[in-house]
Amino acid sequence: MQLTLHLNGIPICEEIAPDTLLLDFLRAHGCKSVKRGCETSNCGLCTVFLDGRPILSCSFLAARADGHAVTTLEGLQEEAKEFTAFIADQGAEQCGFCNPGFVMNALALFRENSDPDETEIKEYLAGNLCRCSGYEGQLRGIKNFLEWKKRGGAS
Amino acid sequence: MKTVNQPVQKKDAMQLLGGQPVYVNDLAPEECLIVKLLRSPHPNALIAEIDTEAAQRAAGIEAVYTWKDVPQDGVRFTLAGQTWPEPSPQDRLLLDRHVRFVGDPVAIVAGRNERCVDRALRMIKVKYEVLDAVLDFRTAKDHPVLVHPEENWEALCDVGADNKRNLCARDADQKGDVDAVLATCDVVLERAYHTKACQQTMMEPFGAFCSIDTYGRLHIVSSTQIVFHCRRIVAKALGIPKSKIRVEKPRIGGGFGAKQTAVMEIYPAFVTWKTKKTSKLIFSRKECMTASSPRHEMEMQVRIGAMKNGHIRAIDLYTLSNTGAYGEHGPTTVGLSAHKSISLYGKLDAFRFESDVVYTNRMSAGAYRGYGATQGIYAVETAVNELAEQLGMDPIRLREQNIVREGDTMMAYYGEPNTSCALDRCIARVKEMIGWDEKYPCRDMGNGKVRGVGIGLAMQGSGISGVDVGSAALKVNDEGFYTLRIGAADMGTGCDTILAQIAAEVLECSVDEVTVFGADTDASPYDSGSYASSTTFVTGKAVEYAATELREKICALGARMLGCEAQAVSFDGERVLCELDGRSVSRAEIASASQCGNTIALESSYTHSCPTSPPPFMAGAAEVEVDLETGETQVIQYVAAVDCGTPVNPNLARVQAEGGILQGIGMTLTENITYNQDGKVLENSLMQYKIPTRQDIGHIRVEFESSYEKLGPFGAKSIGEVVINTPLPAVTAAIHNACGVWFRELPITPEKIVLGQMEKRKIST
Ligand code: FES
Ligand code: FES
Repeated sequence: MQLTLHLNGIPICEEIAPDTLLLDFLRAHGCKSVKRGCETSNCGLCTVFLDGRPILSCSFLAARADGHAVTTLEGLQEEAKEFTAFIADQGAEQCGFCNPGFVMNALALFRENSDPDETEIKEYLAGNLCRCSGYEGQLRGIKNFLEWKKRGGAS
Repeated sequence: MKTVNQPVQKKDAMQLLGGQPVYVNDLAPEECLIVKLLRSPHPNALIAEIDTEAAQRAAGIEAVYTWKDVPQDGVRFTLAGQTWPEPSPQDRLLLDRHVRFVGDPVAIVAGRNERCVDRALRMIKVKYEVLDAVLDFRTAKDHPVLVHPEENWEALCDVGADNKRNLCARDADQKGDVDAVLATCDVVLERAYHTKACQQTMMEPFGAFCSIDTYGRLHIVSSTQIVFHCRRIVAKALGIPKSKIRVEKPRIGGGFGAKQTAVMEIYPAFVTWKTKKTSKLIFSRKECMTASSPRHEMEMQVRIGAMKNGHIRAIDLYTLSNTGAYGEHGPTTVGLSAHKSISLYGKLDAFRFESDVVYTNRMSAGAYRGYGATQGIYAVETAVNELAEQLGMDPIRLREQNIVREGDTMMAYYGEPNTSCALDRCIARVKEMIGWDEKYPCRDMGNGKVRGVGIGLAMQGSGISGVDVGSAALKVNDEGFYTLRIGAADMGTGCDTILAQIAAEVLECSVDEVTVFGADTDASPYDSGSYASSTTFVTGKAVEYAATELREKICALGARMLGCEAQAVSFDGERVLCELDGRSVSRAEIASASQCGNTIALESSYTHSCPTSPPPFMAGAAEVEVDLETGETQVIQYVAAVDCGTPVNPNLARVQAEGGILQGIGMTLTENITYNQDGKVLENSLMQYKIPTRQDIGHIRVEFESSYEKLGPFGAKSIGEVVINTPLPAVTAAIHNACGVWFRELPITPEKIVLGQMEKRKIST
């Protein structure tokens, strides 16, 4: 079947097998930031945006993205950098394998809620597993980032 | 110290956070054969017939291999990443006619894409001769059914292994007369504790891709902690010379010991060696959960004796360990259950440790952070907590009275001296951090919920005494920047950065001026690999020495340029200065000079090994809220004080500690492993196997109480493993203090708590 979509702002139109998962489609198109950590929609590593909203690309048929805009971390480098520097300052990126999914979902959170409290942060990101960090360093990084934003984003 | 003990950013931080393609599956060529395995549905069976004809002829299929392609009387091998000769028995074949657990490989299929390989897998017809299985490890020793009846099974080391008794290893060790001492103790407590085969659950699955390089050699790119061991293992499995193999690791998406076993490299390696085509195998999560290298299930019988005044005089431990179908890390993990638990106590008159490691028809175990110490510390520390209750003593007070101190000889720790130890300070710190005196033992929150606190201590090693080898090679490049080559594997731990910090400290430059390369068997200096908490301590020391040597070479060339004696110059990291007349040359000038008409190599390399393994220490305390009605349990806060010597990078050490603690909490509360009667693991996905999410933990706070270890680089010891150990006993004790029941099998699920409550009520009425 034919699939037409925008991937990180670039129009794509091509033939795909109807059972292609969005995750596999994206990786085949060079978006290697999209990771697979499970087969059961439990880890959040495959998080991407569909029309700006986070979805799990491992449990989403590519066909369903027809006519939509898909964004991966490859397409959000600048927006991400501002935030990820705060995670790096904590050393909370560790192995890094969960990072892209986590960063995508965190950006989605910030877009939806510019001032989330701790409970809201934990709730929103609950589906993003990380086995290395114990989450505490990620939380410190998020809080520092939000603080910085509140102060107007100046260093 | 300028760079050591500083919280510098990890060198790869922004690349990783930006989602750059740096992992195995990101780097594998688009055009490569997809390799998958057909796995046994039976826990113990012989392959009576296998028909692969249809599969072989299917569209897109390149090759199908079965036991018929592997000499069944050939040399067996182990997948354990250990120094040769491996203590783990040689009990594997690449494909074996005898399959020994549900998930044991039956056939290898390689084809153009996932779709056709999946199809071909379904087309293979297998007839099994199903055999009786040994599923319960308590009955495995001398069971009539043998997991390894074959004649070519072999143990290279004297570890007490005997395949005709289902024994992977057996050991005994003691000092003093335990029975006599226990007979004269006021209180003797006897308890049994049980832990399961928990999964490391690193987020990146096992994976590797293989190709044939320009020289006709097999090039393996794998997510591995052990490039050198992997080369040896693959060579043995394929029966080809090691010189024909190169193993390289890219960025690793977590290991925690899982990737200290060459779980899957042999399969794509075999395919590529046979077909001469590039191939890759990436495990599914299900394979990671059912056919990998989890923690050894253990049952520990503890006898502990003390006087009424609190003096702990003897510990007697028997550990039964379940290595599963194959013996990876079986003989070596079990010892730590005693060495790293009993040694926490310094006033003993006697100890005894006996162990059996048995084969069963379950998934093979492997190495998981803590490596047996985790299990042993859970048992002994819980026994000490139970003892405190029986003596009517505060468990912290009991420990203050009995712990090992700096300067003590640790009789259960290979008789090594305790050269650096701040355990006493760690305990004091943790007591204050959690507000012990206000909170112990519990507080009723008035809504059916009770909050209890509990404590646990831990120690680990820093590398394997007299075995682990760490090497570093350093060179000066144009402009004067440095390249550090290592064979240790950064698996998210940040060792690339930490080792660069050590080099930068010695060379008096910034961390950015040291680039790091590792690990590649062709290019890296030999390193045992990143395991056993060895990298900072062993490889770090090698880096320190290599950098010191490089300084001398820089001085030598600088002196030649300045026309003076090497003894007459000094180097401040930027310039080599002639002390006699004040003339100097810069590092960049020296670097340029090294590339023109030069005969002094601006390179150094150093190999280090340490005869002892100075333990890091730690105290941890949990505050846990238990809902007495539902059994629901939440860790409100976990506090810990760690003595890892000098933390080379406090940020990375802290995050290591926080991550390890949460893994320990997961093992205590939610990470369960159950088998059905057919020998299948039920927790075969992240849906069933519950690792903690960020909602499962209140807060973790970690502080450092550093001792200074003279044998380590700038006083450092290890941090990687010790951090997983304290939550098991601390959370167990906190739950007891909240609800009045001791749980002696992990995980402590809400069901168990509710049942425990009912049991308690029955007894009291
Ligand atoms: S890959 Fe795990 S949720 Fe998508
Ligand atoms: S950093 Fe390794 S899983 Fe999150």
